[in-house]
Amino acid sequence: MGAIGWLVDGAAIVNQVPLCRCSYGPYARAMVRVCKEESFHQRQGFEILNTLSHGTPAQHAMAQDAVDRWWWPSLMMFGPPDDASPNSAQSMAWGIKRFSNDQLRQRFVDMTVPQSQALGLTLPDPDLRWNAERGSYDIGEIDFSELFEVIKGNGPCNAARMNHRRTAHEEGAWVREAAAAYAAKHRAPQASAA
Amino acid sequence: MTDRDEWPLWEVFVRAKRGLSHVHVGSLHAPDAPMAVRNARDVFTRRQEGVSIWVVPSDVVVASSPDEKDAFFDPAGDKIYRHPTFYTVPEGVEHL
Amino acid sequence: MTADLPAAGAVAPAESAAVFAYTLRLADDALVYAQRMGEWIAKAPQLEEDVALANIALDLLGQARSLLTYAGEVEGAERGEDELAYFRDERDFVNAQIFELPIGDFGFTVARMLVTSSYQYALYTLLQDSTDPVLAAIAAKAVKEVDYHRDHATQWTLRLGDGTPESARRISGGLVEVWPYVAELFESDELVRELATTGVAVDPERLEDPVSTYLDTVLLAATLGRPDVAVRHTGGRRGVHTEHLGYLLAEMQYLARSHPGARW
Repeated sequence: MGAIGWLVDGAAIVNQVPLCRCSYGPYARAMVRVCKEESFHQRQGFEILNTLSHGTPAQHAMAQDAVDRWWWPSLMMFGPPDDASPNSAQSMAWGIKRFSNDQLRQRFVDMTVPQSQALGLTLPDPDLRWNAERGSYDIGEIDFSELFEVIKGNGPCNAARMNHRRTAHEEGAWVREAAAAYAAKHRAPQASAA
Repeated sequence: MTDRDEWPLWEVFVRAKRGLSHVHVGSLHAPDAPMAVRNARDVFTRRQEGVSIWVVPSDVVVASSPDEKDAFFDPAGDKIYRHPTFYTVPEGVEHL
Repeated sequence: MTADLPAAGAVAPAESAAVFAYTLRLADDALVYAQRMGEWIAKAPQLEEDVALANIALDLLGQARSLLTYAGEVEGAERGEDELAYFRDERDFVNAQIFELPIGDFGFTVARMLVTSSYQYALYTLLQDSTDPVLAAIAAKAVKEVDYHRDHATQWTLRLGDGTPESARRISGGLVEVWPYVAELFESDELVRELATTGVAVDPERLEDPVSTYLDTVLLAATLGRPDVAVRHTGGRRGVHTEHLGYLLAEMQYLARSHPGARW
């Protein structure tokens, strides 16, 4: 949970902050509110991992295991590499997307590596190293097959999640209907029939 | 899902503690006005953003048309005499 | 969280044991109920309701934290809120049984919330005047929160009771299911009577009339009747619980107990 807050919400923020100024109003407004929520998740996640990392050996192992598990998926959250991203050109032309996937991904890595050092945790990328020439971190090759499987709906949680959502929605139908029926009964007089 | 149980959409406006006007902060679904106000409090005032909430059914909002943007708004553009800075005031004259 | 509360004052040892025991009842009510309400997250009938129920759970958790922390201070045995929440066994929990019942369907949840929030509203309203300044302060904050919870439960009771035949059936069913657990909320005993004479505690018997009146008003407006149920269950205040509490505690306490001594 800590790793998700720190990495996944962290990646989401990098991805979404530029959208707060995008050309489509409803999206921009929603993103402003989402970013407010994400930013405290990110800090909370960091704090959780910090406490675990500096706790008992078992807790440290928990934190490291979580980071090992969620690092690559966080990088994949920025989408496919620019040369394999079908919708990017259109979104950028329309001013909805303002930075490319690779640009944002690089920004995220450069921000996050020093944070991992502060946490005393390693990142599971043997090819991760500082490139003084570029002024950025070099990243190892990302295996995007996991991303594409998840997007297609074949990820480990896709089926369970959809099932849960459908069930909750179906089981809630009688509640929504009741509220709508009550509202209809109590609406202003001109709407009611004899 | 039937249409019957679809709740209408409401636009939410919140006035901050030190604000003079209500500001549009987003929208939500609710079955009726009392629930809309309460839901707005839960969804849009998580950080003490406001002291007053308005909710308005989205379908009663009348908006100016983007197509008529030019005819609607451009004429005001060349009436620069409506801006105080257009007028010259001699130096030394105060309270103008 | 508790930084703005007055420090626990000097309380006589015998009385402090009593204050500890009393505070624990209020704390366990809030803690167990918060844990239950959290189970609605991602399951509510509508997104906005998900947020509302989660907020209610968070309010209750906040109350639990303040009360548990104070209880630990009064006890003076170096047990903090975490120690009390995660390392007590079932027989040491003193919440009323109504709070530990499973969430059931939305009809049951609303029925239970109507009762418990009315009870907590009446309780905290009076507890604001407690001669114990910490309990008074906690109550002053909590009463605003449970006022909102009670309003939420009321709005839903009206909509379910006077909605569709199906919703009326479900909320009626929920009321029938919860009714055997209502009486326990208003039971008095020597502990609470003693503390009530010094103005520290609120005798639950005093709460029965205002709560009853409120419930009758709401049920009438919702076109519902008072359940005709004579069965009464009790025992929570003595540490005697339904089978449900064990599972709730197992889930809640598992992580802390697996790593005793660890800081989180």
